Amino acid sequence: MATVSFDQATRVYPGTERPAVDKLDLDIADGEFLVLVGPSGCGKSTSLRMLAGLEDVNAGRIMIGDRDVTDVPPKDRDIAMVFQNYALYPHMSVADNMGFALKIAGIGKEERAERVRDAAKLLDLQDYLERKPKALSGGQRQRVAMGRAIVRNPQVFLMDEPLSNLDAKLRVQTRTQIASLTRRLGVTTVYVTHDQVEAMTMGDRVAVLKDGLLQQVDTPRRLYDHPNNVFVAGFIGSPAMNLLELPVVDGGVQFGGTTYDAGQEALQAAAGNTVTLGVRPEDLELVPEGEGLSVEADLVEEQGADAFIFGHTMVNDQSHDMIVRVGGRRPPEKGAIVWVRPQKGHVHVFDSKTGLRLGD
Amino acid sequence: MSELSGDAQWHEPSDWEQQGKLPRNAGLPPANVVGSLSITAAATDPGLLDLPWHITLEEWPDEYLAALPRGISRHVVRFAHLGGSVIAVKETSEHIARHEYHVLRRLQKVDVPSVEPVAVISGRTTPDGEELNPVLVTRHLKFSLPYRALFSQKLRRDTLTRLIDAQALLLVRLHLIGFYWGDVSLSNTLFRRDAGAFAAYLVDAETGEIYPSLSSGQREYDLEIARVNIAGELMDLLEGGLIEEHVDPLATSERIMDSYRRLWNELTGKETFGAGERWRVTARVERLNELGFDVEEYSINTDSEGSRIQLQPKVVDAGHHPRRLIRLTGLDVQENQARRLLNDLDQYRAEYYPHLDEEISAHSWLTHVFEPIVRAIPRELAGKLEPAEVVHQVLEHRWYMSEKQDRDVPLAETVQSYLDDVLRHRRDEAAILLNPDTKTLNVLQGNDAGDAPDHDPAGEPAASHPAHGTPASSNPDSDEPEQHPGTEPGNSPR
Repeated sequence: MATVSFDQATRVYPGTERPAVDKLDLDIADGEFLVLVGPSGCGKSTSLRMLAGLEDVNAGRIMIGDRDVTDVPPKDRDIAMVFQNYALYPHMSVADNMGFALKIAGIGKEERAERVRDAAKLLDLQDYLERKPKALSGGQRQRVAMGRAIVRNPQVFLMDEPLSNLDAKLRVQTRTQIASLTRRLGVTTVYVTHDQVEAMTMGDRVAVLKDGLLQQVDTPRRLYDHPNNVFVAGFIGSPAMNLLELPVVDGGVQFGGTTYDAGQEALQAAAGNTVTLGVRPEDLELVPEGEGLSVEADLVEEQGADAFIFGHTMVNDQSHDMIVRVGGRRPPEKGAIVWVRPQKGHVHVFDSKTGLRLGD
Repeated sequence: MSELSGDAQWHEPSDWEQQGKLPRNAGLPPANVVGSLSITAAATDPGLLDLPWHITLEEWPDEYLAALPRGISRHVVRFAHLGGSVIAVKETSEHIARHEYHVLRRLQKVDVPSVEPVAVISGRTTPDGEELNPVLVTRHLKFSLPYRALFSQKLRRDTLTRLIDAQALLLVRLHLIGFYWGDVSLSNTLFRRDAGAFAAYLVDAETGEIYPSLSSGQREYDLEIARVNIAGELMDLLEGGLIEEHVDPLATSERIMDSYRRLWNELTGKETFGAGERWRVTARVERLNELGFDVEEYSINTDSEGSRIQLQPKVVDAGHHPRRLIRLTGLDVQENQARRLLNDLDQYRAEYYPHLDEEISAHSWLTHVFEPIVRAIPRELAGKLEPAEVVHQVLEHRWYMSEKQDRDVPLAETVQSYLDDVLRHRRDEAAILLNPDTKTLNVLQGNDAGDAPDHDPAGEPAASHPAHGTPASSNPDSDEPEQHPGTEPGNSPR
């Protein structure tokens, strides 16, 4: 087990100007489950591959524990790429399927057996060790494959979208298993996904990347409640946060027919006459006609307890998409007009030009 | 090297932004209307539309299937007839199907041996409107063999080393064009006979990614994966009693490292020598030709005094011998087959037309040697081996016969003897269908019987064991023609 540090780590692909990963500074604690998340091309997989030794590091360095591994070959880094391959061998017992890589690594019989037993216990496979993989269910086979990585006792687990080829149901199930397993093992884990829901449900902390730059690294709660910039605000959360560019006026921002007090400290810090106001769908409340902004419901998605209105509003003669969460008992119908306003204190203010968070 | 190296030319919607990966939002069709299929294909075969896409693969009716499914796979895979060929259909997620389709297309474009992608079909629904997983369709590679089909009782050590050498060559070729495989294994490779050796083809590109060039970390990791997977596959065969006992899985799997490194160094390594040793430039090029590569570009640098020369091949292209053969005869075959046929062709010229143009004597060889042999293969034996492989074997057979009988055995007599004693007793290899996508799990069911685990296919048009008897000159259970120690089959008498 070990800490992992990216220290100004940079990767520039030959023939490109913009770094795929740009001066990444990231410290991952011993035993932490850290998720790298971001849209396609953000540099999350490249970062993971740099840690794995699959990408050259053009500047900066990467540490595992106290060891600078920047120029260490992948197999000597004491890491395990999980789910790289979960082929199981039909003639070998479950125990051999889990332990064969240890044999290749020259580890003695007794130690192999011990490590396999320990892993099997964690994975609830003790009773199957002497069986052939054929006798296992699909889920058990997947656990055997995980066992293969576990028995190696690596310092760090690396996982690059390991669930992407599972169907939705198995994906939810497996992500819970992975998260709880790695925590029980206490092995530092770096996990890459493009799915922010996966990131938020699994990570102790989540690092959000865009265009090769680290945007924010925080606990899921903090990312949700306190996004550092407009990108993180829009990326984290499902359905996404509403982001509207609104004029700053005396006493707040002009929110349709209402002046909304978005916090003087934040508004004073704004560079221009407008700010970008972020409001999560659940932080909008319905108000009487004429107050706040009017939203026309284009689609209403009923989820039982709640309903989501997917609609649009007009700000400065421009149409903006709006998502509003309302109670599930009596949601408006498609085509209805509702009036909304942020609940007191539940907004995020960003500089319209820089996109950075203003105020707390 | 290829168009993929150097300045990357991404013709497909791959993603420069996220190296090696297909962007999630690229190339996706508009949202599917329920009940309407979306087919992505280079050239749509209308027959594709006749397949029962509204049924989950697992339940496809037998009449569509070219072979029954075997074993358990990560994904459901079925083989079906499409026009005159056999296709493999794999149910998977849309993103993976598209990723693999585009990667395979790019590999095809740069002529790296791999299976041919046919289509991605999404928007599948049952008549009840239930959504079905998208599928990737690839064309089955005729006369290709999964490694487990290369032996019927036990895998021989020398066969194994040839397989591993073929795998190493494939890996080098993939790495040269910037392809990181991520899951190198014998199971993810198909093999075609190649004049006594094997030619390896990539089958599963699910984990593959294409880059402008690979870092040494990527190459080393691929090699490490290969080493571990091959060792695992061999340990499994050993456990199942399917491999000669004296084969050491670890030592054998190490071979891929050595074989790969030797080849990689020869193809890409820098060489420095004194100015007086310029012949070494030609020697290097000749060595590369002998390995089957052409040097399309190399760099030569001299030091400031001009006394030392540094040579490094920059662009090497596989297919040296096949290119020469295709230029002379139009025959498109694999490396070793080409080498073998060219050898015969050159001897034919030396013997009969030493003063004629190479092209003219090649034409004569084609008419008087190659074509008569191919024409002599009865229709019912046509599925046994590829024509070029048959010609190779006939030429070899002739040499052995001539040596044994101490006379020049005429071609017609050789062909008859070969057909009767060798070819007739081989199994059909035109379409041996083990599930190419599965890891070794896919033979679970077949192996349960214990005694005939390997290459018995699961139905038509798959292979069959020879009905009876053992041919005089070749053991059908072995993958090699009988060896005659101390002889050199390359120089067959006319």
